[in-house]
Amino acid sequence: MSAAVATPVVTPVVTPVVIVGTGLAGYNLAREFRKLDSDTPLLLISADDGRSYSKPMLSTGFGKHKDADGLSMAEPGAMAEQLKAEIYTHTRITGIDPGHKRLWIGEEPVAYRDLVLAWGAEPIRVPVAGDAQDAILPINDLEDYARFRAAAAGKKRVLLLGAGLIGCEFANDLSLGGYQVELVAPCEQVMPGLLHPAAAAAVQAGLESLGARFHLGPVLASLNRTGAGLQGRLSDGTPIACDLVLSAVGLRPRTELAAAAGLQVNRGIMVDRELRSSHANIYALGDCAEVDGLNLQYVMPLMHCARALAQTLAGKPSAVSYGPMPVTVKTPVCPLVVSPPPRDRPGEWTVEGSGSDIRALCRDVAGSLLGYALTGTAVQEKLALNKQLPALLA
Amino acid sequence: MFRQYLCEICGHIYDEALGAPQEGIAPGTRWEDVPDSWVCPDCGVTKSDFGLCES
Repeated sequence: MSAAVATPVVTPVVTPVVIVGTGLAGYNLAREFRKLDSDTPLLLISADDGRSYSKPMLSTGFGKHKDADGLSMAEPGAMAEQLKAEIYTHTRITGIDPGHKRLWIGEEPVAYRDLVLAWGAEPIRVPVAGDAQDAILPINDLEDYARFRAAAAGKKRVLLLGAGLIGCEFANDLSLGGYQVELVAPCEQVMPGLLHPAAAAAVQAGLESLGARFHLGPVLASLNRTGAGLQGRLSDGTPIACDLVLSAVGLRPRTELAAAAGLQVNRGIMVDRELRSSHANIYALGDCAEVDGLNLQYVMPLMHCARALAQTLAGKPSAVSYGPMPVTVKTPVCPLVVSPPPRDRPGEWTVEGSGSDIRALCRDVAGSLLGYALTGTAVQEKLALNKQLPALLA
Repeated sequence: MFRQYLCEICGHIYDEALGAPQEGIAPGTRWEDVPDSWVCPDCGVTKSDFGLCES
C-alpha cells in the first residue's frame, strides 16, 4: 500500500480523503493532516512525477548549479511511505462529479470522502508568430525545469518574456549561470502592480549590472529559426538573436475542471475561510484557490491554509487567518522584500534612500503603515516594519 | 561553534549566533532549543523543512 503507482487499484473499504496535486500545497496539507489523523485513507493524485521539491527553488537552480534531480527532495514512493498514503503519478483527473462524491480519471471513477483541489496555476501563453513557437518554454514545475535545462545546455543567449517577480528571479539566476539575458515585457517597470517604481528601478539596475538587457514596452512579435539559433523580432522592430526563450509572463489559477463541475470560480476556485468551495466536501488551497477573495500565489498563505484545512478535515472546523504577507524576492544582486498595501486601502508613498538601497513606505492618512518595498541594505528593516503592517485576513 | 540552518523551501537561513530577536528568539539560541511552533519568517514552513548548512 505504500507504493506509488500509476493506475488505480481496488477502492478501499473506507473512502479516502483525496488530494489532487503533489506540490507544496498538496504535500504540506497531507503532512499536517497526518499529524492529526493517522488512519483515514489518503490518496494523492499528480499529473507529474510526484517528486517532492520546492518550487521557489526552481529560480535559484542555475546559480547553485543544481539540475532537476538536485532540486528533488524525495521520490513519490518515499512520500507515500512517510504520509501513509497512496500516490498516483502521471495521472490526470478528467472530471469531478460532486453529486456522487467521486472524480474521474478517464473512465475510472474514484470515490472520495473529502476532495481537496491543490492543482495549482498554469502559465499564461502569449501569441507569437513565426516557425519557432515550440522553442518558447515555461518553467512552472520540476519537469519543466528539467526540459529547460536540457534545452539550455551549451547555449548562451536566453530571451526572457515577462518582467514580474518570477521573470526577475530567472533573469538574476540565468545571469549567474552564465547566460546573456534579454528581457522583454510590455510594461514600464519591473514587477508592475507589486512594486513601487523607485524600488523597481533599483532591482532593474541590479540585474543590468549582471549583464541582463531590458526591453520594456514592446512584446515579442515573432520568433523564427535561423541556421545558428533563433531570431526574435519585437513589436517595435528590434531584432534579437537568441538560442532559446523562457516564458514567465504570469500564472493563472487552474479553474476549468472545477467550473465544469459547477463549482463557483472567479479568478481562482472560490472558497471561504474554511477553504470550502461552493460544494459540500470539496475544498481548495494553494495557487488555485481564491480564499475569501484573495488569490495569493506564495508559500506563506499556502502554509496557513494547509494547517487550517488539516484541522477541518480531521473534524475540527477551522478558519484561516492571514497576518501580513510580505514577499521576499530572490534577486540576490539587489535583495528585495515587498508588502503591497491591501486592496481598497488608499495611502501615500514616501521614498528614502538612493542607488540600490531604497525604502519606500505607504501610509494611510492616520499615519498607519499599509505596505512597503525595501531593497538592498534596507531589507534588514523588514521584521520591525512587519509588526506595523495590517493583517490581510484578520 | 554556532551553526546555520537553511530553509529548503525558500532559502532563508537561521543563524544560531544571530537568533531571531524580533520573534523572541535570543542570539545564541541553539537550533534544538528553537520551539517546534516556530516557522520560517519568509515562507511559513516548519523546522522540519530546514537542513544544516554544510560549510
